Amino acid sequence: MADRKALQVEMISAHPGPVPGHGVQRNLEVCKLVDTTTCIGCKACEVACVEWNDMPFSPTTFDNTYQTMPETRWNFWNLIKFNEHQKEDGTIQWLMRKDQCMHCADPGCLAACPADGAIVKYANGIVDFNQENCIGCEFCISGCPFNIPRFNPETKRVYKCTLCSDRVGEGLEPACIKACPTGCLKFGTKDDMKFIAEERAKQLRENFGIEKAGVYDPQSVGGTHVIYVLHDATDPERYGGLPKNPEIPWSYTVWKWLFKPVLGTFALFGLLGVCLHYVTAGPRRTQPEPPRKGERNG
Amino acid sequence: MTNGWIDIKNTDMMLIMGGNPAENHPCGFKWAIEAKIHRNAKTIVVDPRLTRTAANADMYLQIRAGADIAFLGGLIRYAIENNRIAKDYLLNYTNAAFIIKDGFKLPEDGLYSGFDAEKKVYDKKTWNYEEGGDLTGKPVAATPPEKTPPPLKAGTPPPAPVLPQKIAFDLSLQHPRCVYQLLKKQYERYTPEMVERITGIPKEQFLKAADLFTSIRKDGDMKKVATIIYAVGWTQHSFGTQIIRTAAMLQLLMGNVGRAGGGVNALRGHSNIQGATDMAGIFDILPGYLKMPTPTDVDLATYLKRITPGQAKPDPWDSFNYWSNTPKFTVSLLKAMYGPAATKENDWAFNHLPKIDRNYSWVNLWNDMYEGKVKGIFAFGMNGVMIGPDSQKNIDALKKADWLVVCEIYPDETSEFWRAPGITADEVKKINTTVYRLPGAGFAEKDGTFVNSARWLQWKNVAVPPPGQARLDQEILATIFLKVRELYQKEGGKFPDPILHATFSYTNPYNPSLAEVAKEINGKALADITDPKTNTTIKAGQQLPGFAWLKDDGTTLAGNWLYCGSWTEAGAMIQRRGTEDPSGLGIYPNWGWSWPANRRVLYNRASCDLNGKPWDPSRRQVWWDEAKQSWVGNDVPDFKVDSSPKDHMGPFIMNPEGVGRLFVPLGAMADGPFPEYYEPIESPIPNLLHPNQSNNPVVKRYKTDMDKYGTVEQGFNVICTTYRLTEHYHYWTKNNPMNVQLVPEPFIEVPTELANQMGIRGGEKVKVTSARSHYIAKAMVTRRIRPMKIDGKEMFQIGIPIHWGFRGIAEDEGKTAKTLANELTPTVIDPNAFTPEFKGFLVKIEKA
Amino acid sequence: MEFSRRTFIKGTVLGGAGFSALGFDLTPLHAQTQALKISRASETRSTCPYCAVSCGVIIYTLGDKAKNAIPQVVHVEGDPDHPINRGTLCPKGSSLEQDILNDRRLLKPQVRRPGSDHWEDISWDQAYTEIAQRVKKTRDETFLETDTQGRTVNRCEGIAWTGGCTDTNEFNYLAVKSMRSLGVCYLENQARV
Repeated sequence: MADRKALQVEMISAHPGPVPGHGVQRNLEVCKLVDTTTCIGCKACEVACVEWNDMPFSPTTFDNTYQTMPETRWNFWNLIKFNEHQKEDGTIQWLMRKDQCMHCADPGCLAACPADGAIVKYANGIVDFNQENCIGCEFCISGCPFNIPRFNPETKRVYKCTLCSDRVGEGLEPACIKACPTGCLKFGTKDDMKFIAEERAKQLRENFGIEKAGVYDPQSVGGTHVIYVLHDATDPERYGGLPKNPEIPWSYTVWKWLFKPVLGTFALFGLLGVCLHYVTAGPRRTQPEPPRKGERNG
Repeated sequence: MTNGWIDIKNTDMMLIMGGNPAENHPCGFKWAIEAKIHRNAKTIVVDPRLTRTAANADMYLQIRAGADIAFLGGLIRYAIENNRIAKDYLLNYTNAAFIIKDGFKLPEDGLYSGFDAEKKVYDKKTWNYEEGGDLTGKPVAATPPEKTPPPLKAGTPPPAPVLPQKIAFDLSLQHPRCVYQLLKKQYERYTPEMVERITGIPKEQFLKAADLFTSIRKDGDMKKVATIIYAVGWTQHSFGTQIIRTAAMLQLLMGNVGRAGGGVNALRGHSNIQGATDMAGIFDILPGYLKMPTPTDVDLATYLKRITPGQAKPDPWDSFNYWSNTPKFTVSLLKAMYGPAATKENDWAFNHLPKIDRNYSWVNLWNDMYEGKVKGIFAFGMNGVMIGPDSQKNIDALKKADWLVVCEIYPDETSEFWRAPGITADEVKKINTTVYRLPGAGFAEKDGTFVNSARWLQWKNVAVPPPGQARLDQEILATIFLKVRELYQKEGGKFPDPILHATFSYTNPYNPSLAEVAKEINGKALADITDPKTNTTIKAGQQLPGFAWLKDDGTTLAGNWLYCGSWTEAGAMIQRRGTEDPSGLGIYPNWGWSWPANRRVLYNRASCDLNGKPWDPSRRQVWWDEAKQSWVGNDVPDFKVDSSPKDHMGPFIMNPEGVGRLFVPLGAMADGPFPEYYEPIESPIPNLLHPNQSNNPVVKRYKTDMDKYGTVEQGFNVICTTYRLTEHYHYWTKNNPMNVQLVPEPFIEVPTELANQMGIRGGEKVKVTSARSHYIAKAMVTRRIRPMKIDGKEMFQIGIPIHWGFRGIAEDEGKTAKTLANELTPTVIDPNAFTPEFKGFLVKIEKA
Repeated sequence: MEFSRRTFIKGTVLGGAGFSALGFDLTPLHAQTQALKISRASETRSTCPYCAVSCGVIIYTLGDKAKNAIPQVVHVEGDPDHPINRGTLCPKGSSLEQDILNDRRLLKPQVRRPGSDHWEDISWDQAYTEIAQRVKKTRDETFLETDTQGRTVNRCEGIAWTGGCTDTNEFNYLAVKSMRSLGVCYLENQARV
């Protein structure tokens, strides 16, 4: 039977603030640690994810890179991003970073979602989508500062990494974590992951001469439940566009304090959110297009 | 591997070269990462490409494919020059102090003494130790003249030279003909400047890497350990075995062999090629590395005399010489193969075995089929067309065969060679080969044992039945053999005895239980046998507990002496799942079973000093227990357990000398007792050490019209190397939609600068042509392969992953050019291991 | 193809119309549990057939091995007890399910006759009979009892054996026993190349 405690609901889309009664139970926050300095780009995590979630295969084409596809897809939630970075001394550093949902403490997707119960955040930190409740409006896509949720035009639903909530709920580690050959992926409590990550960064600075090594756990989204060790924490962008200061569009957060005391109906704030977002950010981004041939590398 | 996968975590320093473990052995590579994280171990990666292993290294050096011996020879020179060697280890555990015969010549001109230019072979009689005693401090004298041998009977060939029983030695290492001085002289020529000119690695980078690697032996301190990790990047050269020898010599010099975190570690590429080698799936050996008989072995005694090493060591030292037990291993094997038909009277059916006197290895097999000599061929899980080299030659060879029997789980290129691209409808009609394609069972459908790189035997279980009409491979093989036997029983025929006598006394001979076969391989007693020392008896019919019990009188049988102990009366050791590791060294003594005798690190006596105390007390493997008068420890001692350190028995018990061989005497190597740098057969420059002897002098070229070799003058000016990707497995996962999704199409890695010169961009198609054929795929333009300066000239290297053929998901969808990477590779083999030169050949490249 | 992972969700989450502004209807969400797809599947311990690291794998199959349940692989995952891989798997090991259950598998014996441009089906019995006859014929035609110097060689140079990289020890032993007994000299394996 599922570990109920692990799946206590903390937040639900279309409702401001935490659910009533939240916080009365002790709850461990879980976290994935991705150490990019020991990632070998083997893609075991990609395969483990597709296998565990029984996702259908979709065609890929060669694009001058080892990277499986340009961006994650609705049926491919976990993607290693390969980047060739030229260092100051002219040598090449081949960077690999596992890209997936960051499971933000302040999830932009959830804030943006107007559909009741389509996105939930569990007290352990997992942000999960319930496709049954998804209305396919794609606001979550624009609300995400990491460009993660993906729309499936056939089912008209949006999908992303669940942090294997089904496994975690049963007390297991996520599939990607289990598979990772080198152990560059780790899973545990957020406190433990933070500790291990900081220790590793320190080791890289002190014993391997990697002076700018550090931990990525962006506070602009309240911290994330996926954190990284980077060779150069001052420049996360080089790892396939990891944003330095990820931010949720203000249009998706403003209603929270604006309407909190007298929250309107679903239609009202949904509409407002749309209008505000349209005013501030323009029309919805389409799914990212693959770059033209020959331009990407890695 | 001398050591094991988990043991890598015990290292302080890794040299990864000729291998790409992060991509090809990801789950084993975790132990390298563990060493980095828990011991601050450093990694040096030397490779023609910046691979995913190199991406994780502390230092990466880009080397010209095939220049490895120059680099490693340079490291040997550096270690000696800077005194970063293990003096005591060298003196006592290697043959550094042994004196070599007068008349032995180093290859300053590219040739060792004794070369026969016409036959391209060496007369190795000078490659030998001098007979004598302790010459330490004595004046240097010439080798005393040989005693005149007794006159030979007419027509008898002269006996092969043997090692002297008592070997002369000089513990001061000053004798000009001692191995150490010869070694020093040999590698004096491998200066950092020479390394740079040959390998393309800038001198400063080389010196930095040499300093880092040898830093573990700074000031002679013996605590730290370095490991060397390699794979087919070293074996697939016309001097492959000698690259590995150079690495082994470096490790002996630095005292890294036998120790936790050390060793010379071959990462074998496939699940059971270690087992296939142990079990003699190759032409030149019998199970357990027994040599194949030759026609000169007129009877068993002659054969055993030839292959059993006699005593040869410094007189005051002791030596175990474990191969002296060869007769016991051999007779036990013959009893396993031929059962009651093997009797003392018929030499234990010795003549049932074929006698060979030439090379029947892989490339020769296809060559001889191409020449019409081989008429029928079995391919059981082996895709010979794809593997090459010179795949077109293999396809054309199959056209000339009468029959081909393929057992496979997917449609493969070998079974469909008659459908290879380019064969017209008219040509198909002329191909008269009958091809049987039998559906075999996948790994999950059969049980049995695999042997991993670390020599662990592990049993696997059946999860699902074979699909459709597919059958178990052992059922297919046994049925074919027994049907042939039935025909011989009925009709008679040429020398039917071995066919009629081969034991298939399994409960169901037509579908043998692999557990029964595994028990036969372990061996059992055929009569009650007693060990007088312990007064224990093993009853007739009982499984043997270990190879020390094997007999040469027909009272034991064992299919492979090396696996004796794997399935005993106590049960299947190979099925054990004990997860305890009390020492913390990653030994896991109760998980599976490791040959020999469940030892996890080979030569582990060398992990201790002369007195039997571990060089590093924090990584204790075995040690001498004075009170017990025995070797004890966390691992099984790879040694005679009651041999006191006072006896000075050498730790390398499989060599008659008992020591590690810096110098390989006599016939063990075809091309020299020390490795010398030779250029690949197709190379862009003459050998800078000796331009008149560029290539390995004993390497022969094949002579059919298909065998073509290219030169720079012919326009083949780009160095090409082939390799595997982490996302794919050989020619297998091209049938797996998941792996195809990860890397959907073939590609060729091309340096950015070369692409710019050619005016191509990533994703555009390019054509690579060698003297044999061409290959077409999209270019992956990358800065991870840089242009190189070889002897001052700018040169380019490109790389081709080998995974695509003409049957597969992408192939069948028409997404590839259906060319095979191995159509490019040359028919050239290493003279010692007979492995083809798949790496470092010449091509030209153009826009397709 | 319909994405169906969520069919594993047992609980129903009520949504849409009918809830008020502060209308957290938490009961269904709290009750939401997802069954682990492998929770009652049979487990078989095996070894990955790819490289020589020898990762332990657990093959999960349909059913509890009861007589009427036909096992089929539903998932493959690393064996956490295995000392070397400790549950991890590479991208090839992780996709073993697609290797076991693969619609490209060969399912029946076939023969390609001389001059033919296609495969024909053949029964196992017929295939065995024909192969045995061919082996005997080639052996009898090419077997050498003695060499030119009159020395016993007992070898057959007309037949070659090439073995694969995932052949087990036991299979290889049977191959050596049977092929060497036929006198085969061209006995090679992936181990060489």
